[in-house]
Amino acid sequence: MKIRSLNPNFRRRLVTYGIVAAAFVFIQILSGAGLLTNSLSGQLVPICAYVIMAVSLNLTVGILGELSLGHAGFMSVGAFTGAFLSVCCKDVLPGWLTLTLALLAGTAAAALVGVLIGIPVLRLQGDYLAIVTLAFGEIIKNLLNSFYIGRDSAGFHLSFKDALSLGLDDTGEVIINGAQGVTGMPRSASFTLGIVLILVTLFVVQNLVDSRTGRAIMSIRDNRIAAESVGINVTRYKMIAFTVSAALAGLAGAMYAHNFSTLVARKFDYNTSILVLVFIVVGGLGNIRGSVIAAAALTVLPELLRGFSDYRMLVYAVVLIVMMLFNQSPQFAAWRQKLAAKFRRRRPNRKEA
Amino acid sequence: MALLEVRNLGITFGGLHAVDQFAVSIEKGQLFGLIGPNGAGKTTVFNLLTGVYQPTEGEIVLDGKSIVGQKPAVINRAGVARTFQNIRLFKDLTVLDNVKVALHNQVKYLTLTGVLRLPAYFKQERVMNEKAHSLLEIFDLDGEAGQPASSLPYGKQRKLEIARALATSPKLLLLDEPAAGMNPNETAELMEIVRLVRDRFGIAILLIEHDMSFVMGLCERIVVLDYGRVITEGDPEAVRTNPKVVAAYLGGEA
Repeated sequence: MKIRSLNPNFRRRLVTYGIVAAAFVFIQILSGAGLLTNSLSGQLVPICAYVIMAVSLNLTVGILGELSLGHAGFMSVGAFTGAFLSVCCKDVLPGWLTLTLALLAGTAAAALVGVLIGIPVLRLQGDYLAIVTLAFGEIIKNLLNSFYIGRDSAGFHLSFKDALSLGLDDTGEVIINGAQGVTGMPRSASFTLGIVLILVTLFVVQNLVDSRTGRAIMSIRDNRIAAESVGINVTRYKMIAFTVSAALAGLAGAMYAHNFSTLVARKFDYNTSILVLVFIVVGGLGNIRGSVIAAAALTVLPELLRGFSDYRMLVYAVVLIVMMLFNQSPQFAAWRQKLAAKFRRRRPNRKEA
Repeated sequence: MALLEVRNLGITFGGLHAVDQFAVSIEKGQLFGLIGPNGAGKTTVFNLLTGVYQPTEGEIVLDGKSIVGQKPAVINRAGVARTFQNIRLFKDLTVLDNVKVALHNQVKYLTLTGVLRLPAYFKQERVMNEKAHSLLEIFDLDGEAGQPASSLPYGKQRKLEIARALATSPKLLLLDEPAAGMNPNETAELMEIVRLVRDRFGIAILLIEHDMSFVMGLCERIVVLDYGRVITEGDPEAVRTNPKVVAAYLGGEA
């Protein structure tokens, strides 16, 4: 079947999968040829995690149209749940099973927290919703920062005070140690896993958007009153979008946790939420493919800019501004269209020749 | 029993009786007009009938069931669809998807079926596409199916709103100034379409319109509102010659 004869939505999705697959092959070749620096190859899993974060946040911000500033909170819930499960199970279960369970548990826990936070938050709209998600992100971070859980022969012990008050016996070990976080996860996340999970995320989000549910979600974004007037249950579909978005952030977090031997809650603060928001704004709100590219490019960029040392963040900022102009400015859009038209005119000629 | 029975309907905003003791009875398949000077409360009546506002008093019975106090989405599912005075399309969705959103409760499948692309997804999407295209054909919008709704010219946006409302399979269709901003040709065409819709779908239509030739030429019965109260109801001829109506529009003693 010719690719041009396919349904345009389907074709768009195929291209996105293709870009991810091509990036995978490209990185594998680079790494095989020994051209990847250590710092860059250490970034591969985090890049994949940020791509998943960006795609999932785009579901809330771009597709549902509600600004969420606490996405890192869901990532940390997934990360800590996954890490906790891994540390508990790593001596009992085979490595692949531990990892699979950790990913599933991270996703499920973040989905659950998404539902719990969604119930109050989704009653709000616009700026109010944004502020409250920001607050919930910080609440999650602070809770995890003072959360202690340990295990001994008597079972699990919980505390919000300190490790001592867990009252563990001689066989006991502290698994989540407050601000010092979790240590001792198996570092089982790989770039291949990251790519597979990106593809899973893209599959879920893109198929969701191009379905009855996705149309209902986008109708709420475009005009809430009209959506209600055609019988859309607004609360229900806001909830679905928000929960799926949170669940995928949890997946990203669980994978992210297995790239490091130590995990602390501080990592998932306000800055991380804003960073992911920057990715999707640069990539274009509602544009899934744009989120993938922007998240990958903007995570790699600081690494590539190491040569500028002190001026690194300055150059980063300039690149951001240029990318925004390129995406949003009408003059650039017109210029791009002209360029695209030129290519389209050339193509048939080439075939004849 | 009439399709829609409204009795003693009223709403107060602060001390203002925006609509007071409104009553109307609409039969199945009837073309009904709601007119009145600016600020008379016509759109407020629509917002009360569709659940956007909760009435302070009164009854709304659709097909024997009370729909007072229900949410807009529930009232739509019960069989009332509407268009808006200030057009409210899903502007970033395509023309086709605007109609497909409205088919939401007519053609169903689970969210998971959609994500996993199970066979039911393809089957139901095909049904949706056929239904949506046949609706768009009635309004001569089939050619623009793939365009974003916001790119349509004004008159076509109004028609798309009617197509979208019809997609929810209503028993009663409320049109809020459907001919506003249309030229005489478009208005004449719209009259034909409204009649055709009534005949083909057998639904009752209640419409607000300021274009008197449109209302008088189309509606079988008309109710006139002024300062939130019904001043008269009757067939077009009776309404046209009613001195209260003349006074409401032109001022003076009734």
